[in-house]
Amino acid sequence: MIATGNHAVAHGVKAARAEVVAAYPITPQTQIIEKLSEFIERGDMRAKLLRVESEHSAMAACIGASACGARAFTATSSQGLLYMSEMVFWAGLGSFPVVMAVVTRTLAPPWSIWNEHTDILSQRDAGWIMMMCESVQEAYDSTLQAFKIAEDGRVRQPVMFGLDAFSLSHTSERLDPVEQQEADAFLPAPERNWKVLDVQDPTTYGNMAGPDIMMEIRHSIMERVKNSAHLIEEVALEFSRISGREQTGLVEGYKTSGAEVVLVVAGASSGDAKDAADTLREEGVKAGVARLRVIRPFPAEKIRETVQGCKAVAVVDRDYSFGCGGIIGKEVASATRARQFNYIAGIGGRDLSISDFMGVAKDALRRSEAGEEGGEIWWGTKRHQ
Amino acid sequence: MFLEIRIHGRGGQGIVTAAEMIAEAAILEGFYAQSIPLFGAERRGAPVSSSTRISESPIRRHSQVRNPHIVAVCDPILLYMKEVFDGVVDGTTLVINHKQEPQLKGFRVALLDATGIAVENGLVSAGWAILSTVIFGAVSKVTGVVSKGTVPKVIRSRWDGEAAERNVLAATAGYDGVKSW
Repeated sequence: MIATGNHAVAHGVKAARAEVVAAYPITPQTQIIEKLSEFIERGDMRAKLLRVESEHSAMAACIGASACGARAFTATSSQGLLYMSEMVFWAGLGSFPVVMAVVTRTLAPPWSIWNEHTDILSQRDAGWIMMMCESVQEAYDSTLQAFKIAEDGRVRQPVMFGLDAFSLSHTSERLDPVEQQEADAFLPAPERNWKVLDVQDPTTYGNMAGPDIMMEIRHSIMERVKNSAHLIEEVALEFSRISGREQTGLVEGYKTSGAEVVLVVAGASSGDAKDAADTLREEGVKAGVARLRVIRPFPAEKIRETVQGCKAVAVVDRDYSFGCGGIIGKEVASATRARQFNYIAGIGGRDLSISDFMGVAKDALRRSEAGEEGGEIWWGTKRHQ
Repeated sequence: MFLEIRIHGRGGQGIVTAAEMIAEAAILEGFYAQSIPLFGAERRGAPVSSSTRISESPIRRHSQVRNPHIVAVCDPILLYMKEVFDGVVDGTTLVINHKQEPQLKGFRVALLDATGIAVENGLVSAGWAILSTVIFGAVSKVTGVVSKGTVPKVIRSRWDGEAAERNVLAATAGYDGVKSW
């Protein structure tokens, strides 16, 4: 079949047999919920669709459902994600295994509907596991894997995954869904033997925790999110087996062996970076790509291994932290001592072509060979006249 | 084989659907394909574009189509827009919805009265001719990789009953009707 990234997510949520879907519409995410609503209406999917009055309520509803042991899903984008933010932290810090798709979109003002990653990255400290998808197929595959990771007893933390606005959310590509019985075997019904809301055995959620206990609660989240790295790899391997498609766990290294320059990327542009690496290799430039499929837990060790021995690391950030730099660039810099050049590119949905990635790789290599230690480069910014 | 197609039209004419159907047809023919809409002015009548890539190998890139091999123009007035000719090179085929051949030197031009075909088949909504299936048929022919038999299959996977049959007639007329390139 052929599907957009958004519809692929909806098919994934259906295959995962999510039981509660609560969402509020926002471009470019709305198609996900519209499709799910269609599935539920037709009887193809058995779930409760909650039409809430805001994203804040959408996540609150998912948290409530999750507290009762239900498999809950929502999707949002940019302003919606920020409005939801209080509840995003609540889900993460409360260890509710909700799954959310974030169609990454530029934050306003000025208004924009186009692609940027600053929205999803703004939630990186909320205790969620975070992934970025490269293709329509991976959006589907990641949806199923997200539930599996979130609900695993060793993790039990929420998972969000990002899809680039339009270039993935609205792009149609071939999609091969897995058979329903395979999906069921991979992702059995959620185990409801943990503490669910039960009037016979009452517990409270959202209670107050004093300084005597809070640090230990946070420490437990730290350990589970950190340890999820291993599970993410394990789940990717298992899904590779059932789907017959090789899945990426934390980081995908593409032609990184013997590479002089490695492009570090995330999301839908990663394929353009790989095509750029192929063309550069034909030209005699030894280029490779390290694609971050997972942002949280940050795969520092994997990145270090992947870029080891190269002359220049070119991190392409489609996001920005004012007064600091590219968000991923700063995190990569903390993971490796390699010479790193941080390219701020594709802001506000500006298209990044293969020639852009080729240019970035060559520029980083040239700077490294000229003895530059590193730096931040705004790529393709128009000069003021 | 690597083919890039860009369709220019107006919001409401169905060009996003056309680009998707071309990709779907190419997939049925055993190729890899992708369609990418360029979103922005999603208003009825505003100039819009949508692209399709067809390839023998998996398509990894998601950037916009820069150097199309085929450009379809659903409204001849759009030929005055420079965006229509962005990245167009010698040998690009222009598929134009027009009754008469426009004065365009240096291009291979394929002509089609898509509006006429759509109206004949009752494909009109709120006074607008819906060109998605006609353009899908015409561009499918121009690609050289989509057989005529595949066109109705794609349409019947999207529409049922009488609507499907009207669209099959329109798409087939588009496939057969596209002239000289």
